[in-house]
Amino acid sequence: MPVLTVIFALLLYAATLVLAVGLVLKIVSYARTPAPLKIPTMPAPTTRSGVAWRLAREVALFESLFKSNKWTWLFGWVFHAALLLVLVRHLRYFTEPVWGWVALAQPFGIYAGFAMLAGLAALWGRRLLVERIRYISGPSDHLMLALLIGIAASGLAMKYVAPTDIVALKLFILGLIYFDWQPLPADPALLAHLFMVAVLMIVFPFSKLLHGVGVLFSPTRNQVDNARERRHVAPWAAKLEGGGD
Amino acid sequence: MAKYEVPELESHRDIPSLAPGAMAESNPYPAAPEHQEALGFPGELVDDWHDRAIGKFGELLDRSRSLRVYMDACVKCGACTDKCHYFLGTGDPNNMPVARQDLMRSVYRRYFTLSGKLFPGLVGARDLTEEVLDEWYRYFHQCSQCRRCSVYCPYGIDTAEISMAAREILDAVGKGQKYCNEILGKVHKIGNNLGLPEPALVDTLEGIEEDIEDETGVKVRLPVDEEGADILLVTPSADFFAEPHVDGLIGYAKVFHQAGVSWTLSSYASEAANFAMFIGSYEQMQEVAKRIRKAAEDLGVKRIIVGECGHAWRVAYSFWNTLVGPFDFLDPNYPVPQHICEFTYDLIQQGKLNLDKSANDHMTLTFHDSCNVARGSRMGAEPGGQFHIPRAIIKACCNNFVDMADDTIHENTFCCGGGGGLLTDDLMELRVKGSVPRMDALKQVHEDHGVTHMAAICAICKSQFAKVMPEYGFEMDAIVSLHQLVSNAIVLDGQGQEDEEDGHADMADENG
Repeated sequence: MPVLTVIFALLLYAATLVLAVGLVLKIVSYARTPAPLKIPTMPAPTTRSGVAWRLAREVALFESLFKSNKWTWLFGWVFHAALLLVLVRHLRYFTEPVWGWVALAQPFGIYAGFAMLAGLAALWGRRLLVERIRYISGPSDHLMLALLIGIAASGLAMKYVAPTDIVALKLFILGLIYFDWQPLPADPALLAHLFMVAVLMIVFPFSKLLHGVGVLFSPTRNQVDNARERRHVAPWAAKLEGGGD
Repeated sequence: MAKYEVPELESHRDIPSLAPGAMAESNPYPAAPEHQEALGFPGELVDDWHDRAIGKFGELLDRSRSLRVYMDACVKCGACTDKCHYFLGTGDPNNMPVARQDLMRSVYRRYFTLSGKLFPGLVGARDLTEEVLDEWYRYFHQCSQCRRCSVYCPYGIDTAEISMAAREILDAVGKGQKYCNEILGKVHKIGNNLGLPEPALVDTLEGIEEDIEDETGVKVRLPVDEEGADILLVTPSADFFAEPHVDGLIGYAKVFHQAGVSWTLSSYASEAANFAMFIGSYEQMQEVAKRIRKAAEDLGVKRIIVGECGHAWRVAYSFWNTLVGPFDFLDPNYPVPQHICEFTYDLIQQGKLNLDKSANDHMTLTFHDSCNVARGSRMGAEPGGQFHIPRAIIKACCNNFVDMADDTIHENTFCCGGGGGLLTDDLMELRVKGSVPRMDALKQVHEDHGVTHMAAICAICKSQFAKVMPEYGFEMDAIVSLHQLVSNAIVLDGQGQEDEEDGHADMADENG
């Protein structure tokens, strides 16, 4: 087995492990930390299903961001929606035979690649040009955009500039999944693409990418407005009461 | 203190360009050792403040999911950067909600995240130094915890939660703020923020009863400590003496009188305000709330109604049941607690109040949604009742009502500039500048629709506006209590015989 294949196989295993374990640990820590008081941003739904609908709108449509700033919303939403389509398109490398709906989504995935790049470029432009956003941006904020742009650009390059052997690539990926390693095509664009994806997976649980799960655990968004009807005592607060009364 | 410039009001305000350090000198008086110690906090900055602060930070991360999630989730998208009234009024970049949060997030990253421990420069992590602590003290006392930023944040990050945590840490190392902590001491000792003892309260209320009788010819009672009354009214102590608050109290009394219910105030729990929320202390908030529960039990009431007070209503509506509930000793047919507006609104719906709208014809009104009512609570059965119910009451009492611009009302409302424990004279520049977005909106409806008065249902808002409105050319009495309008309009049974000569000659003044 070529050394390159071994290195990338191990890198991708490691990245997957870090992503999965890191996320699970984060989710567990969010879930186990109590929310001691009812703090939904009002007006808030009065039922669980209402809250589910509020969260669904937040996740799918970025409702609050839309209220805030139409340009940021447009760039951010386009980027995320495009990323989703691109990920769907990539499912063809992980499934054999390719699922029907994944096959149908293929052409959209290509356009989405450009949309993703455009969205990221616009977000970065905003970060550089708007004084307020520039002020709050740190090195990691710029690097994250650079990383995502690098991933999108190297992906598109393989489609339009320097095509790679996607049949061999698929064999490599299926080989990873079934622990039956196959050689990885040694194209620079592909190696760069995979390397950056692995980096993204590894930094995910340690970075602001946690916003993806954070929104679901945000008490201002996921709490039901029923404080007058129901008590909401955190375990540590119950102990205070036990001692006090 | 250097004299500051009062901003010009504008019909369309551009987002200010950044003025770093513009408010770096804003520094509220520190709590004296006796104010600190009365609440169980160290009297002054402790020697091991660094370790204690980090220890407290870790404890809060374990206690509060909001803090834990909000420290991680921010992506620096900038959605909040132009939403804070203090930023809009001062241009100080640390008053952008995300930057304010980052004062604390940078320390979180350094001590509680792997990336911050390994690559502090890359991820904006920094050590907790005395300068950082000082910066926290200054800028977390430039947040009124109004939660406007949380409306617009795609993850619902609530800067109020973060500023409460910061103040909690500051208290824990002996660096508390005088205004909040001194007041909390008074509540524990005497029962209200003003330190008004029982005899003075009784005296004041008797005076108000006489005034009402002089004005209407009807004997309307304001009872205190009356055991067996049906309703305990808990209201901010400003209602007992300050203008325009007291006119609201008169309004509640007339409504209770006309409804024919028995009610009482309590001298033991003569305060709706709960400043413990501002300093983020669950334990203190619980202690203050316990007084109200105890008063309700001792007096044997069936219901608790809360007067016009914004943060008090948030604590009452959203937190009381959790902090000191269950209130199973009260009448289950009524929500616990109820807002005075809910009570009055129900009576209006039932047609039980005789309201003469023309009594308010000398005013054209608008309504200021108080942040804690708008974004931290509800009224009535439906979401949004906190917007609809007060307006419905005003419209039932007044012929002339106009709302301010959409992006400044309801959940988009702007803070008065004095909320969250900042209503103190040592923060006057901040208060004046922070009220700018609200003043802009008020001036707009004044010019376009001839609005003369603004009604509010929060003691802090009323005090703040009475103080800052003159700076912008409005009369200080252009701010009115909502129940003052009810008081003007309500026709009491038996009133009116000798009331003919009262033609409201005392027309309220125009704004300049």
